[in-house]
Amino acid sequence: MSEKKHTLSVLVENTPGALARIAGLFSGRGFNIDSLCVAETLDPTLSHLTLVTRGDDLIIEQIIKQLRRLIDVYRVVDVTEEGEFVEREMALIKVRAEKETRAEVLRMCDIFRCKVVDVSPRTYTIEVTGPQSKLQAVIELLKPLGIKEIVRTGVIAMKREKKAP
Amino acid sequence: MTGAQMIVEALKREGVEVIFGYPGGAVIDIYDELYRTPEIKHVLVRHEQGAAHAADGYARSTGKVGVCLVTSGPGATNTVTGIATAYMDSIPMVILTGQVPTKLIGNDAFQEVDITGITRPCTKHNFLVKRTEDLPRILKAAFHIARTGRPGPVLVDLPKDVQQGKAEFYWPEEIRLRSYNPVYDPHPRQVEKAYRLLESCTRPVVLVGGGAIASGAHEEIRELAERLHLPVTMTLMGLGGFPGTHPQSLGMLGMHGTYYANMAVANSDLILAVGARFDDRVTGKVDAFAPMAKIIHIDIDPTSIQKNVRVDVPIVGDCKRALEKLLSVIKEVGRPEKIWREQFKDWWEQIEIWKKRYPLTYKQEGDYIKPQFVIEKLYELTRGEAIVTTEVGQNQMWTAQYYKFDKPRTLITSGGLGTMGFGFPAAIGAQMGNPDKTVIDIAGDGSIQMNIQEMATAMEQGLPVKVIILNNGYLGMVRQWQELFYERRYSAVKFQVLPDFVKLAEAYGALGLRATRPEEVEPVLREALASDRLTLVDIHIAPEEGVFPMVPAGRATTEMILV
Repeated sequence: MSEKKHTLSVLVENTPGALARIAGLFSGRGFNIDSLCVAETLDPTLSHLTLVTRGDDLIIEQIIKQLRRLIDVYRVVDVTEEGEFVEREMALIKVRAEKETRAEVLRMCDIFRCKVVDVSPRTYTIEVTGPQSKLQAVIELLKPLGIKEIVRTGVIAMKREKKAP
Repeated sequence: MTGAQMIVEALKREGVEVIFGYPGGAVIDIYDELYRTPEIKHVLVRHEQGAAHAADGYARSTGKVGVCLVTSGPGATNTVTGIATAYMDSIPMVILTGQVPTKLIGNDAFQEVDITGITRPCTKHNFLVKRTEDLPRILKAAFHIARTGRPGPVLVDLPKDVQQGKAEFYWPEEIRLRSYNPVYDPHPRQVEKAYRLLESCTRPVVLVGGGAIASGAHEEIRELAERLHLPVTMTLMGLGGFPGTHPQSLGMLGMHGTYYANMAVANSDLILAVGARFDDRVTGKVDAFAPMAKIIHIDIDPTSIQKNVRVDVPIVGDCKRALEKLLSVIKEVGRPEKIWREQFKDWWEQIEIWKKRYPLTYKQEGDYIKPQFVIEKLYELTRGEAIVTTEVGQNQMWTAQYYKFDKPRTLITSGGLGTMGFGFPAAIGAQMGNPDKTVIDIAGDGSIQMNIQEMATAMEQGLPVKVIILNNGYLGMVRQWQELFYERRYSAVKFQVLPDFVKLAEAYGALGLRATRPEEVEPVLREALASDRLTLVDIHIAPEEGVFPMVPAGRATTEMILV
C-alpha cells in the first residue's frame, strides 16, 4: 500500500497534558508528525489541532483510531478524505537584499503577493501565506538570492463548504 | 472539608473496600484520614510494585476496581511496572499518588517526579489535580474511566497542598465526559453479517480472549458454542472464558498452544474472535495466520480491530451484548441444531484426528518431578476450584496447559506485559477479595524472588495463600530458548545461589514445605492445601524440562516443535 499525506483535524479538550498525550501517541507508536498546529477554538474549553502525517491506509486508520481512543480527544476528521479542503501555511523569510537584488526581491513579493514586514539595509523579511506548494515555490525562487532564515507555521486546514445547495 | 477528607469520602462513595498502599511524606494527610475510616481496609505492602500488582489481582479476581495509594517520587515510580501490567491486560485500577505542593512542581523538589508524564503511555488516562474543589469530580471521573469501555488503569496525582486545602464537597452522581463515549451496543447489520458467515462456513473456530472475561460473556460463549457446535480456543487471557473441560474446548492457541488448536485455526475458514486482540504470541507470523479464514472480530476497543490482522466483519461493542444480539438472531432464524451439526461434521472429524495425533502430553517417570505432573495433581486436588495466579515463564505456560480453567476470573496472569514478580502480590490481592477461596500462586524460582518481600504482607493480613515454586534452578524459559535457538549457550540463566525457600518461609513465620521426589508431590500439596496460613512449597522439578508444543518466535503457528 502506498504512503500518502493526510491532514487530520482534531478537536481536543483544552487541558494541560492533552497535547503531550497526542504527541506521545505518535512517538510511542512510531508514527511521524510532519506538522502540527494548535490553538483555541471559539469554545475556549476546546483546542483545534491540525496535524499532517503520512502512511498507508492501515496506518492512517490506526492513527485515527488511536487518537479517538484518547480520553481528551473530542473529534477527529481526516480532512484529506472528506473532499475538497482549503489549506494554508505561513512563513517568515529573511532574505538578503542588497543593492543589486533589492528590486528583484520586491518583484518576487509582488508576484506572489507577499508582504514585506521588516526592512534593514541588507535584508527584507517577508511574510508569505498559502498552500504548502506556493510556499515551496517562493522559497525555491528566493534561494538563489540568499535566504538567511525561515520560520514556518505548519499547515492549518478546513473543509470547503458545498457550493451548490 | 479538606482535600484528604474528600479523597477518602470519594473512595467510600465508589464502594472501595480495600486499598493497597505504602505511606510517605506526600500522602500523610490521606493516611491520617484513613486512620479514622475503619470501613476502608488498608493493606500495607512492602514495596509499591506489590501494591499495584495486589490491586490488579484484586480487580481481576473480583471484577471491581482495584485501588492503590502511594507517595510521590520513588513511591510513584515503583508502581510503574504494575501500572503497565494492568494497562496491557485492560484491568480497571485507580492509582493514587502523592505529589509535592503545586508551587514546587517542576522545581526538582524532594521526592518529586513527573508521574503523569511517566505514566502517560501506560495508563488509560491520568490526572494531576490542581485545586482542592476539583477532587470529587476528578476522582469520580477516574473510577468511571477505569471501569467503563475497555477497562484500564487511571492515575490521579495529588499534590500535598491540594490534600490540605479546604473546599465544599460536591459529589456528582452522574458523570458525562463529552470526549469519552464508549460504544457498547453492536451495530445490528454487522451482527447479521456475522450470522450469515457462520451459516455459510464449514470450518469455524471461536477464539476467546481476555475481553470476553472482562465483559462477563462466558455464558453467551458457551450457549453459542453448544447451539452451533463450534470448536472453541482461548488465548492465555481468555482461559476460563469457556470451560477448559468442555468437549468442544481446544485449549489455548499460540506459541505454547495445543497442536490441535493451532491446526484448527490455521485451517479454519471462519474465526469468530471475542475480545481478543491478535497478539503476536497468538498469531505467530501474521502473514501465515489462518490464511483461508474470514474473521469476525468483536471488541469494545475499535483500535484493536484491524490492528494486527485483516478483519472481514468488525463488531465494535461489548462482547456480552454483541453475543446476546448474535444469539437472538440465531434464535430468530431458528435453524435446527441438527443442521449445524451436519454442517461441521467433517470439520469435527478432522479436529478429532489432530487431537488424537498430538495430545498435550508428558511422561512422569524416573526420579525427576515433572512440572506438568505437579500442575495436574494440583488441578485434581483443588478440583479446579482454586483461583490460580502465575508468575511469568515456564511456570505460567505449564499452568495454562495443564490446569483446566472452567470458570472466568480463576486464572490471574500477566499476559500482555509478561511481568515476572506479578503472581505473588496478585495472589495477595485475589485472596483479599476472595477470603473463602483457595488462592494459589504458581511460581518459578526466578520470578518468586522478584517480589518475595510481600510474604510479610501476606503474614500480616493472615492470608492463607499457597505459593508453589517449580524450582529448576534456572530462568527456565530463557534457558529453553538458549537450548533450542542459541546452541545451548546458557548465558546468565543458572542461579548459582538460591535461598533455602523452606527456611525463608519459616523466617517470615509461614509454613515451608519441600518435595524432591515424585512420590512426595501429592502429600506435600495436600498438606499445603490443608494449611490455613501462608504456605510456600519448594518443588524441585526436572531442571531441563521444556514447554511444548512451541512455535519459534516469528514462525507460522503450524511450525510447532512438538517435543
